[in-house]
Amino acid sequence: MRKVYSKIEAISGNVITVTASGVRYSELAVVSSRHGDSLAEVIRLSEDQVALQVFTGGRGISTGDEVRFVGHPMQISFSDNLLGRIFDGSGRPRDNGPPLEENMIEIGTPSVNPSMRIIPRNMIRTNIPMIDLFNTLVESQKLPIFSVSGEPYNPLLARIAMQAEVDMIILGGIGLKYDDYLFFRDTLEEGGAMSRTIFFVHTASDPVVESLLVPDVSLAVAERFALKGKKVLVLLTDMTNFADSLKEIAITMEQVPSNRGYPGDLYSQLAARYEKAVDFEGAGSITTLAATTMPGDDVTHPVPDNTGYITEGQYYLRGGRIEPFGSLSRLKQLVNDKTRPDHRAVMDGMIKLYAAYKESLEKKSMGFRMADWDNKLLKYGEMFEDQMMDLSVNIALEEALDRGWSILAECFDAAETGLRTELLKQYWPHKEETA
Amino acid sequence: MTKGKVIGVNGNMISVRVDGEVALNEVGYVVLGDKKLKSEVIRIQGDRAEMQVFEMTGGTGINDEVEFSGELLAVSLGPGLLGKVYDGLQNPLPELAERLGFFLDRGVYLEALESEQRWRFTPKVNKGDKVRQGDTLGTVPEGIFDHRVMVPFNFLGEYTVDWVIDEGDYTVHEKVATVTDAKGGKHEVTMAFEWPVKRPIKVYSERLRPEEQMVTKVRLIDTFIPVALGGTYCIPGPFGAGKTVLQQITSRNAEVDIVIIAACGERAGEVVETLREFPELNDPRTGRTLMERTVIICNTSSMPVAAREASVYTAVTIAEYYRQMGLKVLLLADSTSRWAQAMREMSGRLEEIPGEEAFPAYLESVIAAFYERAGRVRLHDGSIGSVTIGGTVSPAGGNFEEPVTQATLKVVGAFHGLSRERSDARKYPAIDPLESWSKYEGAVEPNATEYARGIVFRGDEIDQMMKVVGEEGTSLEDYLVYLKGQFMDSVYLQQNAFDEVDRAVSVERQQHVFRVMMQILVSRFSVESKEEARHYFNELRQKFLDYNGAEWMSDDFKSLETELEQMISERDAGADERGEKLLKSLTTEHSHA
Repeated sequence: MRKVYSKIEAISGNVITVTASGVRYSELAVVSSRHGDSLAEVIRLSEDQVALQVFTGGRGISTGDEVRFVGHPMQISFSDNLLGRIFDGSGRPRDNGPPLEENMIEIGTPSVNPSMRIIPRNMIRTNIPMIDLFNTLVESQKLPIFSVSGEPYNPLLARIAMQAEVDMIILGGIGLKYDDYLFFRDTLEEGGAMSRTIFFVHTASDPVVESLLVPDVSLAVAERFALKGKKVLVLLTDMTNFADSLKEIAITMEQVPSNRGYPGDLYSQLAARYEKAVDFEGAGSITTLAATTMPGDDVTHPVPDNTGYITEGQYYLRGGRIEPFGSLSRLKQLVNDKTRPDHRAVMDGMIKLYAAYKESLEKKSMGFRMADWDNKLLKYGEMFEDQMMDLSVNIALEEALDRGWSILAECFDAAETGLRTELLKQYWPHKEETA
Repeated sequence: MTKGKVIGVNGNMISVRVDGEVALNEVGYVVLGDKKLKSEVIRIQGDRAEMQVFEMTGGTGINDEVEFSGELLAVSLGPGLLGKVYDGLQNPLPELAERLGFFLDRGVYLEALESEQRWRFTPKVNKGDKVRQGDTLGTVPEGIFDHRVMVPFNFLGEYTVDWVIDEGDYTVHEKVATVTDAKGGKHEVTMAFEWPVKRPIKVYSERLRPEEQMVTKVRLIDTFIPVALGGTYCIPGPFGAGKTVLQQITSRNAEVDIVIIAACGERAGEVVETLREFPELNDPRTGRTLMERTVIICNTSSMPVAAREASVYTAVTIAEYYRQMGLKVLLLADSTSRWAQAMREMSGRLEEIPGEEAFPAYLESVIAAFYERAGRVRLHDGSIGSVTIGGTVSPAGGNFEEPVTQATLKVVGAFHGLSRERSDARKYPAIDPLESWSKYEGAVEPNATEYARGIVFRGDEIDQMMKVVGEEGTSLEDYLVYLKGQFMDSVYLQQNAFDEVDRAVSVERQQHVFRVMMQILVSRFSVESKEEARHYFNELRQKFLDYNGAEWMSDDFKSLETELEQMISERDAGADERGEKLLKSLTTEHSHA
């Protein structure tokens, strides 16, 4: 029987301090107050002073409440019974189903040995041309979706969850609005994807510390499924809320803040989660897509900035469309040479021309005379936006490539595209075809 | 040995009460059941020592025992380093994987050098010879190199060789020689020894100026912002601008003997590409695989942060070791910002007074000291070796004003700044040709590169102006300069890393192609209208891109060149005086070559 401590020395924000001995770093404890039991985790040891962060928050905790150490770090049940279920950040059911307690596993597992990783080699098709054609999603990739509050990043994630070619989806909601949570649940249920999905949802009304657990719990479960051969897609929304919770705890713990109040280890904290994305040789894989809202649409804000350095590219969602500039899947080159020989060239060529279109558009808005070339670009830009960028476009990669060629042919002469001669010979549509 | 007890745990820092002497940077182990976690002393106050733990600290508790080793954090130096993949503390990762599978469990440390492998030792000294630190006692073949077995660098003063083993096959731990010091003390020497990573190896007679160019085969770098052997350069850039890709390209193509890659706090996926591809790729200069000339130190972002801090030192120490063999070594550190952040995390836990952006006040001096470990040196035996350091910097928000970029710019010899605009426009390598600079000399006549850069600069100015006054408000003359700038950007500054031919361009070809391009840059073309000019330059560009894709001196290459020259001469209306002179200087330079 573990000892029970009934004197809390200090309560500050969500962190409490007790005098105790024989306690281990990262160990869990149960804090019993008159509002019920809550889990808490040891986050600092100093002589006999033990600091714990309380998952349900410090509010209402009294100095006389009981603290009982359980002797192990945070754990979660792992089995196929998780599929189709909805849990909160601590792993308690949210869906009125029975609690799961068999086969407990630890969260926050060690890092994968880099020498055991393999070069990503499989594309994940989503049938969204801005992804498949221009920024191909690759198995074991980690990618954030940078956007501003109000952009449809959750509908986009839901659509990817429905359409992506994977075995199962784990959705980690962090500070999710309750409506959005219901939207995800209903969309996946209606689409019949619920049976291959597990939800770990922390909503905006839940205690903030619990949100810190969501990525770890989601990824620990994903890792086990991947080791069993499953191709897992982890969707996290929204990682900025996760970073903000880290900030809150760090400030409570009186850590020196580094940039806009965020702790100095923000990069390492985010990296530890994102780096869980992996392709296990001879088993399954984890691919991570994480919505990251940029406060004030500022990509230099510490959260998107650090995220950008960690992840393998990013999607920018702006104006309801995935932006071709800035969006970058740095792994796409590993797979897009195996799709169709014109894939890369069409991708680069169309983006370069779209960039030129933006310049012409700017000139036009300033009232300059439009040269012939500008007019061609303007026509091209509009077609590109309508037929490629629009999020409602739902076509396979090959069809998207063909569409790309026909847009080019309709707007330009072959020599104006800057594409290599051999490709033009092979793919440039003949006039009668485009007519 | 000194022992201690844990009295505090805060993240990866522990506080320890010690019962005897401890040294700063001494290695100790926290005993956790059957595991021992490696740690390093980073502050001492009375009998209280603060230590950074190179592992996750979960599960440690008050009163856990700590054993001190009496040794500083060190690496093993000896034959067998090449081709290895280590973590930041020189644990061989593939061997760890054999033992532990997919995951890096903590507290497992393996020998850095294979103890079973036998090396063919050929003695180079005789009994009675006088030797000192760094002198060669014998050699063993390691890949294509003669690996020198040297008098350990911590042997100070003069020694007399007492005995040296006959030629034969031995392991790294077998005694190969005994030497006597001035006082008559006897010392045994094996092929391997340890050296503390934070102390530079300075066993040479003099440091030389970095005068010789290090060829990277990236046109933009070699022609405009060259790097020198023994020099230093940095690549700052926002995320997604292609820092790591540039480093990868350099690690493949650079004309050096040995490449040390320090993947410090970056994505594991990137190291994996190197790790999986290098054993398959041939080094055209040696005919062996690239892996045989490479050492990878890999402490990626999710691995423990304290070991990240150590990893760059581990890398540079190995680089210095091979320099002692008269070799050209290139150290690529990606990214030094992560290393600086590791220092910041630890400084925060130590509750030091923070400097700018919470980086410690000693940030600048630590960065300077690291880059100063580069250099071209004349060794005691007269041979010349070099360590070149190229470090990427990941500035927060892509803003070069931040402390790590600024501290780095103060000490490096070349600055290859990457720009978000160029990478957004898919212009790779996304090095900003106008902002970047180099203090080293390159392969192409500097006056000519200055002229070419001037065109890019003017072209950019005109482009900006055109945005305000419009195309119709721009003179044809200016418009031509703008087109030339754009042209040069797309055919020379940009390079296609995925094209078999274009990905690596020899200096010879660079000089040759540069001259062809200069003909276009200096020419006053006779064109009637902007429309016509643009059309003409589009065609030129197309031709030039095909030319760039043709094998050097192949029939294709030659015929494309003839076609190009024809296209130029059709419209050429002569050059101004300066241009004429520059062209001539390039032609003569070329015929010399």
